[in-house]
Order: sequence, then C-alpha cells, then structure tokens
Amino acid sequence: MKTLSRIYTVLVFAFLYAPIIVLIVFSFNLSSSTIVFDGFSLQWYKALIKDGNTLRALYNTIILAVSSSIIATILGTSAAVGIEKYKKSAFRSTIIGVTNVPMMNPEIVTGISMMLLFVFIGRALRIESVLGFGTLLIAHVTFNLPYVILTVLPKLRQTDKNLSEAALDLGCTPLASFFKVVLPSIMPAIITGLIMAFTLSLDDFIISYFTSGPGFQTLPIAIFSMTKKRIKPDMYALSALIFVSILVLLILYNSIQIKSEKKPDKE
Amino acid sequence: MRNQSALRSKLVSSPYILWAILFIIAPMIFVVYYSFTTASGDFTLDNIKFLSKYLPTFLRSIWFGIVATLICLLIAFPTSYIISQKSDKMQRTLILLVMLPMWMSFLIRTYSWMAILQDTGLINSFLIKIGIDPVHMINTGGAVILGMVYNFLPYMIMPIYSVMAKLDFSMIEACQDLGGNKINVIRRCIIPLSMPGIVSGITMVFVPSVSTFYISQKLGGGSFDLIGDVIERQFQQSYNYNLGASLSLVLMILILVCMAVMNRFSGDEGEMVI
Amino acid sequence: MKKLFSVFLSAIISFVPFIFAFAKESDDIDSLKGTKLYVYNWGEYISDGEDDSLDVNKAFTEKYGIEVIYNTFDNNESMYSKLKSGGISYDVVIPSDYMIERMIKENMLEKINFNNIPNFKYIPEKYRKLAYDPTGEYSVPYTVSFVGLIYNTKLVDEAPDSWLALWDEEYTNNILMFNNPRDAFAIAQSILGMDYNNESAPAWITAAALLKEQKIVNPVYVNDEVFLKMEAGEAALAPYFVGDFLSMQENNPDLDFVYPKEGVNYFVDAACILKGAKNKRAAELYINFLNEPEVAKANAEYICYGSPNEAVYNDPDYEYYQDELLYPEEGAFKTQIYTNLSPEILALQSTLWDDVKNYIPSGDSNLSLFLGGDSSGTTDEGEKMTSETRKYGLYIGIFVLLCLAYIIFRFARKQYREKV
Repeated sequence: MKTLSRIYTVLVFAFLYAPIIVLIVFSFNLSSSTIVFDGFSLQWYKALIKDGNTLRALYNTIILAVSSSIIATILGTSAAVGIEKYKKSAFRSTIIGVTNVPMMNPEIVTGISMMLLFVFIGRALRIESVLGFGTLLIAHVTFNLPYVILTVLPKLRQTDKNLSEAALDLGCTPLASFFKVVLPSIMPAIITGLIMAFTLSLDDFIISYFTSGPGFQTLPIAIFSMTKKRIKPDMYALSALIFVSILVLLILYNSIQIKSEKKPDKE
Repeated sequence: MRNQSALRSKLVSSPYILWAILFIIAPMIFVVYYSFTTASGDFTLDNIKFLSKYLPTFLRSIWFGIVATLICLLIAFPTSYIISQKSDKMQRTLILLVMLPMWMSFLIRTYSWMAILQDTGLINSFLIKIGIDPVHMINTGGAVILGMVYNFLPYMIMPIYSVMAKLDFSMIEACQDLGGNKINVIRRCIIPLSMPGIVSGITMVFVPSVSTFYISQKLGGGSFDLIGDVIERQFQQSYNYNLGASLSLVLMILILVCMAVMNRFSGDEGEMVI
Repeated sequence: MKKLFSVFLSAIISFVPFIFAFAKESDDIDSLKGTKLYVYNWGEYISDGEDDSLDVNKAFTEKYGIEVIYNTFDNNESMYSKLKSGGISYDVVIPSDYMIERMIKENMLEKINFNNIPNFKYIPEKYRKLAYDPTGEYSVPYTVSFVGLIYNTKLVDEAPDSWLALWDEEYTNNILMFNNPRDAFAIAQSILGMDYNNESAPAWITAAALLKEQKIVNPVYVNDEVFLKMEAGEAALAPYFVGDFLSMQENNPDLDFVYPKEGVNYFVDAACILKGAKNKRAAELYINFLNEPEVAKANAEYICYGSPNEAVYNDPDYEYYQDELLYPEEGAFKTQIYTNLSPEILALQSTLWDDVKNYIPSGDSNLSLFLGGDSSGTTDEGEKMTSETRKYGLYIGIFVLLCLAYIIFRFARKQYREKV
C-alpha cells in the first residue's frame, strides 16, 4: 500500500512538473527551437538581459502586484472589521454575497464587465485611452479583495471579544484597542491574504487582457502576444529564472518557519 | 458609548462598500445593459434570441468542464489524502510543491504542453524512436481537457488537503474502532468530513474550465470553440459587445446557479474554504 | 548629411513654404525629445534587431529622442475592435487596405501632412491614391504582397496548384487555415469564383457552407501561430502571405509556395495616423523614418514582404531584388483586392464565421456539390448542428440525472434511518 501511494504521488508530481522541466531544459537550447534540443548554451539568458521590453513588463507586473495587493489588503481588512460588526443581518449576507461575486464569476466575465465600465467612463469623461495602469490597478484590487476579506473574516471571528472589551475598559480608545489588541491577533490572516493577493495579481492574465492598454503591459500580456508568434526560448529562460527564485524563496521561508517553531522547544 | 464605537467600526467598511458598488455591481449592470441593447443603444431582445445558436458551444463547454472537474477530483482526492497522512514537515514540502507551478505563468506552462503533445513533439518523437506509430494528440478535445486538468489541479488539491489536514484523527480512529475496513473508513468517514473542501475544489476547477479560452486556443487549435472563445472573439475581434455581453450574462447566471445549488448541498454559509 | 539632402530635395518639390517649415522643423523636432509615440503594428512586421538586423524602433529613438511604445495585433478586425472601443489610443497604426477604407469612412484617421514626409517621394505613382484612399491623404504604403499556399514538400507529394488542396482529406489534421473571417472567406470565394467584395448575402452563405465542408479535414485555425507550426513541420498546408513564407523558408527549407490558380488576394498595408493622435508630429517623423531607404530595406529584408519603396526594390543589393514570388509580373496569376463591405454584410460575415468555427461535421463530404457550381450544399446543416447538441446535451443530462439520483437516494436513506 505504501509503495503504491508513493508511486501515485510521484506520478501526480511528474504530471505537474513535466512541462516545467521541458521548459527549463529548452531554455538552455542552442537553437531557437522549442522542440528539438540541439545543445547547451546560455544565449537565451543573455538575450533576456538585453531585452528591454520583457524586463519592463516584468517590472510593471511587480509594481502592479505590490500596489494592488497592498491596497486590497488595507481595504479588505477594514471591510472585514466592519462586516464582522454587522451581526447576522440581511445587510451582512448581502455584503458577503457581493464579495463572493468576483471570486465565483468566471474571470472572463469579470474582465469584460470591467472593460465595459471603463470604456463607458472613458467615453463619458472624454478620456482617450482610458485603459492603462489605473484601470489595471482597479481591476486587480477588485479581484484581490474577496480573497483578503474571506481570509481575514474567519480569523476575526476567532479572536477573543473579551480582549478588546478589556482594553476598552482599561481606558484604551477604540482605535488604540484595535491596533494594540485586534490587529496583532489577525495579523497572520492579513499576511496570508496579502500573499494570496500578490500571487493572484502576479499571475493574472485574463482580467488584465481585457483591462490593459498600450502603455502598461504586464508580463502575462507580453507572453500572450509572444505565444501568438514564434515563441523564443528567452521566455522560457525568464520563466526558469522566476521558477528558481520562487523555489529559493519558498525554501528560505520554510526553513525560517521551521526554525521559529523549534525555538520555543529549546527555551 | 459601546453602540457608538460599534457604529464607528461599521463605518470602517464603508470604503469597501463604495468600492464594491462601483467596481463589482456597476460592471454587472453594464453587462446586463449591453445584453439588452443594440450597438446604437436601443432596447432589443435580439442578442438573447441569438443565443440559441450558441447552444452547442455552451453544452460543449459545460461537458468539458464537468469531465475536467471529475478527473481533477479523481486525481486530487487520493493525492490530498496521501499528503495529509505524511509527517508535518513532509506535508509542508509537498504542499509547496503543489503550489509552486501556480507561480509560473499558466500561458507558458500551457505552451510548454504544446511542445510535448505536438505531432513533432516530445512524446511523438519518443514513440517514433522506440518504433511505435505516433499518436495525434494536439488539437483534440482530449488535449484541451488535459490542459484544464493540468492547470486547475492545484485548485482541487489545496482545498481538499486543507480540510483533510484539519480532520480530527480521533474521529477516524473511532471509525476504525467501530469496525470499518479501510474502504469503509474512507467512504463513511473521510469523504463526508472533507465535503466542504471537495465542494470548493469543484467550484474552483469547474468555473475556470468552463470559461477558459487560452487553453482551447493553444491545445485545441481553434478547431472548435468553447464559450470563452466566442466571448473573447466578440470583444477582441468582431466588435460585437452586445452579443458578447449577453453570452457572458448567460454564462454568469449559469455558474451562479450551479454554485448556489452546490452551496445548498454542502450546507456552509457561503464563505468558502480556501 | 543624407537627411539634409533629402529635405533639400523635397523642399524643391514642395516649393518655398517648405523652407520656412524646414527652419522651424529642427526646433519642432527638438521639442519632441522625451515624448512618447504609440505604434500599433502587425506581429513580426518590423525589423527588430534580431540576427544583426537593424532595430528600427531603437534607431528611431536614438535619432530623435522619442520613445516608441510598440504593440502588435494579429489581424485587422481585432485591431479595429480594440481601437473602436475607445479604450485605447495609438498614434501610428498600419492596417490593410480595406480596413483603411473603413476607418476613413468612420472618421477614425487623421490626414497626414505630407510636407513632413519628404521620403514619400520614394513611393511611385502606382502605389499612390489607390482605391482604399482615393485622395491619398491618409496613408503611406508600407508593404505590398499576396496571399498564397504554403506547403511542406516532405508531407505533400505533389505540388498543389489549387486552393482545394486545403479540402483534401488526405491531409486531415495537417491543414492550417486563416483564423480571421476575411482571409478565410476569400479562399472559399476564390474556389467558388466569386468576388471577394460581394454584396449579396446568399453568396456569403454559400462560401460559409464551403468553409464548413473544410471542417472534415479538421483544420487548425491560426494567425501568427502559422510560423511556429509550419517551421516545425506540424502541418502540411497553410494559406498565408508570401512574405511570411520567405521568412519561414529560412528556418525550414522543406517549405514551398504556390499561387493557386483560382486567384489570390493582393493587398497593401499602409501606415496611418489615428484621429486624436497625441503626438502627430512624431507620428509623421516615424512614418517618414520608415521610408528612409536603409530603414525600408532593413524592414523589407527582415519581414520579407514586398516593398512599395522604389529605393528598395530597385536596389540590386536588396536580398529579394526582382524576386519572382514577391514581385511577380503583372497578370501572372489572378488577383483581387479587398474593399470595405457594407455593415450588413460585415455583420453577416461575423455570424457566419462563428457558425463555421462552431460547426462539427458528421458524415461524408459534400464537396462535389460546390464544385458543380450548385449552391444548395447547405441542406443538412441544421441536422448536423442538432446531432452535436444532442450528444453533449445527452452527456450532461445523464450526469445531472446521476447527481440527482444520488441526492435523492441519500435523502431517502436519511429519512428511512430516522424512522427506524
């Protein structure tokens, strides 16, 4: 049974990683083919460093992901705090229902509905080329929000109500009690929400596809227009680099976590 | 005093509520508005009447979505179970490995599948080398379903695993003590207990599968449409926003109805397990 | 030096006022430094510095200090759709002839100030004031070329000479097809001997029926993906532009090309300035720059399309100097151009195209019906549509029933247990 489950796990992971391995191998290809491996070379990595457009797209993507996830986290956390105060009421379930919409809705529908809105606003206000960084930011914040709210909300419910009331009784202002008592206890959930928002924003293609303009292209959009033509292994090289750097980050994060878990034992 | 502070706390959510009205509800209204108007803005039902033409496309998309979701479930359930049985450290590593591919652009990963499945691709060159006739895989429905399963499998594994990891093992032991053999324990105990995870997994796989357009374009070769392709074409090529909006409206309603039904049966109060 | 000379030359042509313009021009251009120019062009349609070619956009930026924001589209319709929505705007755009006609009609283009395009002198009379831009105020030709049939000699035994090769069941799963309505319909119309710019609805419906017939060979619909697929030997036959064939052949020498006997599309792609362009002066500089002989030659050699620029095609050093495919003798084969269609026909074309893409064939080919010139080949179409619908409807129905049965079973069992 044990060997069987081991084989099964290996197969599943092989399936998940097959295209990634192919991609990494071909990023070292001597020729521009993504099908036949002609020999080892680093030329695509060199080409990547020289390619201003791709690097700019990468830069744009990171800027967008950082700003949209931070805005979504602040907005979402404050929303969760407010929503929690509405006990079981029709208003509360309406808000939660609306919050669920961008998550439940197919991404393509979210994308086109936002595009319709932006185009309409653009026409009404006579702004030419309304689609750009601003619209992308709004769209990304919007689809990040539910993930933040729905991770913070359960944690908020778990926090001890008595604690914040005790703080109030001890003479804290409501604001101070929030920052000193409530916020620290929901911090892990906020960070989880932030990371989730960041990841989603980084990888989003479909919604960006409908809401981006010529001046501000993110990496997925750049990749999309490239996969329409001859894709060159420099894209593979970029993906391989992203993959390796995230792998390293995760390993670091993991080992730090393990260390911090071990510490209390030692003391 | 207390009431006042509660009111103030409630007000904290008002920026979000404003945001939700502007950017969640208003866009939906625009979809509805465009579905029932002509290009010049007059009221019409033509777009809706037109929809019957796209019935086969809808049915095909739904069917592909169902198949991809079922395959994902079949693969993910045992995987999640196996992972949840491992030691803590191993669990964390394996879950990171499941999530890791999601950090890479799905466009590139799908594209990479193209290189594997093509007639001149890796699998077929290998088959030719060992003397087996090549198999035509790319540009078929199977390839599209494979692409869906591949891309959305982590979305199925994650929620199921997160429920299973929290399962109370004394409950499972009780199950075993009550005389269940392994299969019975899984059927009577583990499946019902991990139902919330399964339901949100199904949601998270089915919705993107039904509405995808990139996967069907790359792995299906555009030789048949999924509903996402048709919608994308109305907006990006045909400049027929009204038809596109009415197709999206139907897709949206369809999926929201499915979700409502699912949530009813899973019985949780609408907050998903992530 | 060269630039000064060319300015001088055009100054003579356009008389005295231009000398004033020249005096002003240098300040003009200086003041554009640091501005941005948005350019919207076809994919793989400019020399981009690969393989030691000239990087046109970079050279332009270096020369004038104007940053070029360069994006690509892959067919006229998607370009039009993006621009028409009003969500985005560009300065320079390079559509094809019929689309230019439509954009002029819909007031989407700005008149070009030809005083600022001295290099227009390289465009000979035969490429000026063509039917799509009769007054010649809106466009400067960028490329001229033809559609034709590309085939892989390793996969096709006998050189095809007809578009019907794309319907040949021998090459099932090995055929590529245009993924845009205009070019795809043109092939069907060529076979049927119709005018590409036909205004009669039944003619378009017949052409659509012929395209549906093609579904039997399971064609893969592509635009720019054609490069990858043909170069990799993934497909035997593909209709595409002759220029792209030449560039593909460099990567895969097994490819060959033919102009099918039924006739092909002849087209001109031309640079235009969009209405409301924020940087019109820079746009004109850019268009002028594209027609500098060295730049135009670098482009022509990189993208391999025919050039309307005399300084290029009369240059013996030009890689495709007097190339038979790119610059065929007039009348060597049948050609037709596209013109703008009426809104009704455009709408019809768009729905017919959705029909074609959604069509799943069942049963045998009705191709003979078309070749006999009989246009009634559309008879059992409705039936085929429903058989597909029925199939998936049945699957989904069974699935839903199974789910329902399970739920009812659970419910009943629960009730039963509670009773017991």
